[in-house]
Formats: sequence, C-alpha cells, structure tokens
Amino acid sequence: MRETLRNFGRFVADSLRLLFMGNRAYYGWVAFLLALIVLGALAYMGQLREGLIHTHMRDQVSWGFYIGNFTFLVGIAAAAIMLVIPAYVYEWEPIKEIAILGELLAISALVMCLGFVLVDIGRPDRFWHITPLVGLLNFPSSLLAWDVIALNSYLLLNYVVVTYLLFCAYTDRHYAKGFVYPLVFLSIPMAVSIHTVTAYLYNGLGARPYWNSAILAPRFLASAFCSGPAILLILLQILRKTTRLEIKDEAIFKIAELMAYTMGFNLFLTAAEAFKEFYTNSQETVFIRYLYFGFRGHYTLVPFAWASIVCGLAAFLLFLVPKTRKNWVTLNIGCVLIYSSVYIEKGMGLIIPGLTPDTLGEVYTYRPSLTEVTVAAGIFALGFLVFTLMLKVGVPMMLGDFTMSKRPGKTLAA
Amino acid sequence: MSDHTREPEPTPACEEPQCGSRRTFIQAAGMAAVAAALTGCKNLSTEEFLQHNFRELSKDELKEIIARLEKEYAAKFGKKVTVSNTPPLPGVVFGYALDLSRCIGCRRCVYACVKENNQSRDPQIQWIRVLQMDKEEGVNVLHADPYYNPPEVPQEGHFYMPVQCHQCKNPPCVKVCPVKATWQEPDGITVVDYNWCIGCRYCMAACPYGARRFNWGEPHLPVEDLNPVTEYLGNRPRSKGVVEKCTFCIQRTRKGLYPACVEACPTGTRKFGNLLDPGSEIRYVIENKRVFLFKEDLNTQPKFFYFYGV
Repeated sequence: MRETLRNFGRFVADSLRLLFMGNRAYYGWVAFLLALIVLGALAYMGQLREGLIHTHMRDQVSWGFYIGNFTFLVGIAAAAIMLVIPAYVYEWEPIKEIAILGELLAISALVMCLGFVLVDIGRPDRFWHITPLVGLLNFPSSLLAWDVIALNSYLLLNYVVVTYLLFCAYTDRHYAKGFVYPLVFLSIPMAVSIHTVTAYLYNGLGARPYWNSAILAPRFLASAFCSGPAILLILLQILRKTTRLEIKDEAIFKIAELMAYTMGFNLFLTAAEAFKEFYTNSQETVFIRYLYFGFRGHYTLVPFAWASIVCGLAAFLLFLVPKTRKNWVTLNIGCVLIYSSVYIEKGMGLIIPGLTPDTLGEVYTYRPSLTEVTVAAGIFALGFLVFTLMLKVGVPMMLGDFTMSKRPGKTLAA
Repeated sequence: MSDHTREPEPTPACEEPQCGSRRTFIQAAGMAAVAAALTGCKNLSTEEFLQHNFRELSKDELKEIIARLEKEYAAKFGKKVTVSNTPPLPGVVFGYALDLSRCIGCRRCVYACVKENNQSRDPQIQWIRVLQMDKEEGVNVLHADPYYNPPEVPQEGHFYMPVQCHQCKNPPCVKVCPVKATWQEPDGITVVDYNWCIGCRYCMAACPYGARRFNWGEPHLPVEDLNPVTEYLGNRPRSKGVVEKCTFCIQRTRKGLYPACVEACPTGTRKFGNLLDPGSEIRYVIENKRVFLFKEDLNTQPKFFYFYGV
C-alpha cells in the first residue's frame, strides 16, 4: 500500500514534469489556448461585474449560446461509448488500444459543460447551493438536479478509469480486469443517461411545445453518436501522424461505418419530427416554422437550419458509400460536415426555437453578444487545453515510452 | 493556524454559521472573500454567502438576517426600510379574476405594481404584461401585441389581456427549480427566496405565462421611488442575477389589503379574494360568470381566472 502510494506520488510528479517537455509546436499551441482562456476570462469578468446583461439573452429568450454549447458538449461526452462498446463489449482489439482516447475526450467535454453552466448562472457565488451534499438539491423533482448528479458522476467515473489505466501503464503493470471492466461497463449506461437526462431537462416543459416531443432524447443520442466520433476520427489521424501511437486503418473505418448507421438514424428521427409537426399543422408548429421558414419577418435561424440539414445529408452519403468512407479526403470532409450539422442542430437550433416565439407570442431575435462568443471561446480553449495536457501525459505512457523504469530526461531519483 | 492543530477537530457536519468553530468560520470568510472577488460583489458578506434556504432557517437566524437586510437597505437608500416576514393567514387561499370585457388596456396596473413592488426602473422590470389582442382572433398569443402604444385606449377592434403570475396550484416553475429557491406558500402564493436563487432561469423556461423576470443587470431603484414597507418573500429590493415575480402583493394581501393592481384599476376589471370563503366576490365570479383558464390544457391549475363580465 505504501509502495503504491509512493509510486502514485511519482506518477503525479512525473506527469507534471511531462507537461513541460515538449517541442515548439506544443508550447505554441498551449500558449495560444492560454491566450484564448485569458481573453475569455476577461470577458467573463465584465459579465460578473455588471451581470448577464452583457449577454443578449433577455426575459423572452432566457437561455442562449451558453446553454446551447452545454447541450452539444454533453453529447460529445456521451459519445465516448462509441469507442468503449466495440472495444470492451466486442473485445475488438484495434479499438481497444485507443478506447482511452474516448474517455479523455469525455473528460474534456464535461469540463467544458460545467464551465458553460457556471458562466450561465446569475449568481455563481451561490454555486454551492447546487452542489450535492453541501447545498439543497431539489431531487428528484428537478431534472437539473439529476443532471448535476449524472454529469459529475460520469466525470468522476471517467477520471478514475483513465487515471488508473495510465498509472498501471506507468508502473509497467497490466491493469486488473476485475476493476476496470465493471467501471467501463457502468460507463455505457451512464453515457446514455447523461444525454437522456439533459434531453429530459427540456423535454418535460409543457410550456415549450418545441421541446415537448417524445423523441427528443432519442434524437439527442443519435446526433451525439454522429458528432462525437467525428471529432475522434480527425483526432486519431492527427495522433498517428504526430506520435508513435499506432492506430490501424481498420479501426478508423470501423468507427466510420458505425457512424453511417447513427447518421442515418439521426436523419430518420429528424424527418419523423418534421412530419409530425408539419402534417398536423397545429398552432404549435410555429416554433419549427420559425426555425426552418421564419415567422413574421424573422428569418435569423433559417439559413443555419437548412445548412444543418444539407450538411447532415451530405455527410451521411459520404459515410454510407464505402468508397468515400475509405478515402481520407472525403472522410474528413464528412467529419467536418456532420460536426457542423449537429453543432447547429443541438446548439442554437434546439434552444432558440424552443423559446421563440415566447410563451406570450413575442419574437425576440437573439444573437449571441461579443461577450458570449468570447467567453465561449475561452471555455472551448480550456477544454482543448485539458485534452492536450492529458494526451501529453497519456500518450507516452500508453506507448510504454514513459514508465517508472524508463524515464527519459532524468535519472531515477533515489 | 498552527496552534489549532492539537485541538480536536471541529464538528464538520454543522451547517449553520453560528455554531461553527472559529476555524470553520474563518475558512468560510475566506471563501466568501474569494466568492466576492470572483463575482465582483464587493458587498458580499460572509453571513450572506453562508445564508441558508429560507425554509431551513430558525426563527433567530431569520431575525438576524432581517436585521442585516434592513441595515444594508438603509445604507444603500439612506432611508429606513422595514422587512417583514408576515405569515400566511389561516384558512385563506388567494384567487384572482380578471374581466376581459372591461379591461381597456390603460396599463395603470402595470405601473402601480412597479411602484408597490420595488422593481428595477433601469433596466425596466414589470411583472404584468398587457397584451393587445385582435377581436377577430380571440385569445391567441400569436396575434398579441405587448408593445401597443396608441394615443388612446381602447383601440377599435381590439381587446386587452393582462398577464401576470397565475399562482398555479400545480406550478411548473417550482417543480423545476434545482435548489428549492421557489415554492408555493400555504395561501397559494408562489414566492422566491432572492437570497437562495442561483439564477439558472430554469423556472423561466418552465413558466407558460412568461410571468418570471430576471435581473439581467444591477437593478436601479431611485430612493424617491422606493417603497420602504417590504416583505422578505415579496417586494424587498432584489440584487442582480436572481429571478422575481408577482406575489399577489404578499406584503399587502396578508394584511387584508387588495393587491396594488386591483386598487389601481379604473374599470373594476380586477377581482381578488379568498377562494375558501363561499361568500367572497371571487367565488361569486367563478360560480356565476363565464370563466376560462389561460392554457388550461397544460394542467397548471391557475388560481388566476379570466372571465367575461358582460
């Protein structure tokens, strides 16, 4: 036990040391992210001082860019299981070696999620009120209380698994299956639950017919399993170019094939929703009309909404046809297209029409303010920084280049 | 702090600031200072930072908090402000009725409400929204205009529908609040603990009547406009970053007065009373007039009734 603790101390110290061992590209990238974080923090200071009036949210549209990004990123976090399921349930070796990357992505996405919630609330000094055990959670009545619990548990779970796996790699041991497997299997229903609970957050509001659709949660999951792996596919290609990490083509193509199914399903669900809305043609379709066709001379969302549909369809075709799926150029174009499509659909395309027109019929045209965009850029930079630093430590350990017995740049301390 | 290390550890589970040891208090003070620095609230005191939900407070704690608030308000406005905590009257559930055939859309209720309830004048916050509707369309929010501004009301071809908190018996806003900062009192009024609300605005997304208002900026209330007679769960001055709403003028109605909007209405459109009293005017209206509930299909069960008197 003492031995383990001492080794863990070394693991932490060496991990920190690794962060300062990089080439110029690495330092340049980190400096760029830090600069964005500082800019975001400065913008946020203004919002703290004078209130959320620095945003363009108002009583009519009381949630906006922050909550849109939050919702989208919960999906990215949930998508880690697109790697975990083939790796651990089907024991598919080519993906098993890289499944940890999905978990790292989930941790980074959750950091951003929590960041977006924090900047959206009016009284961040009262954040402890919503902290489990310390504050007063309205559980089980409020879905936001559920979300706090689900997101934090999922973050903790991924953090424990990743830390344990890397620590094992660092100490040249094989991980204990009896410890990792139950946790990894638990992470599958939990990934589904974080996105389901986030969907229910909107879904259960009778006041907002646009969100009050039974297929909202399935749509959340389907779109998440398109956009999350899209990031991973691009990332895997970057990693195998820049590190010694071996990622087989077949692993990438397998993920792409799975994505083709989720994209098709996502389009089907979108069509199902559109049919029900437009064919019934009740007054409640005003929200989806506002999104796709505009309402009373307000057309702000219309080009975005159609761009999302077109990108989603194009990406689906690129991923469906084996020839374009296995061509690096078209594969990457497809990744960018599906990512953009879902970012629009699950971000502003979900939040804004839910609230416009408002419950008394008013149309307030919301566009994020400069403060909102800058703060959001800062939070994204923070997420990328967390991800970069975790990869910086994780990849050499996964490769066995950096272990307790083999530490480059320094002899073993006594 | 090293001289403390030999002492037994303070009881960690203690939540009230009063009974904590010196160390926990100092730690809390430190956290409050950090929170204050982070949030730019220079005046955030340790007591305010640590204050618990209204419904968890003991009588003594509430007394201390009220004394602190009165002091803070006096310092801010240079005027004596009272903060009461009037309990609900036994055997009373308040109800409201509004006669759509009488309302002329003059918005006197809106401004009487603002005056009574200390809403921010800049940025402007109003709890009542009067909708100008087309007679041809009937009650249809997609044909409503809240910004009508003709030289004279009522306008030909239109009728007027004021909307405010419906004090639902089944309030979606209470259901969704993640921290129990809003709840329904025994007399049926849904209130907000402005010192516990975290400003997440989930209640605003949940409310079908657009009744909740958020303090997007620091509320400005000139001292000459201040109503110094206030209620803890009602019209006391609010801070930025919290939600507020109509409370049926809790500071008046619990003392047997009419809400300010009822008194200000020049046409007798607004009726108010005890739903549990069979002889009340509100009961007469409900039992004898053509009454409807706004967005009845949502099953929020409002205690705010619209009716056609003529």
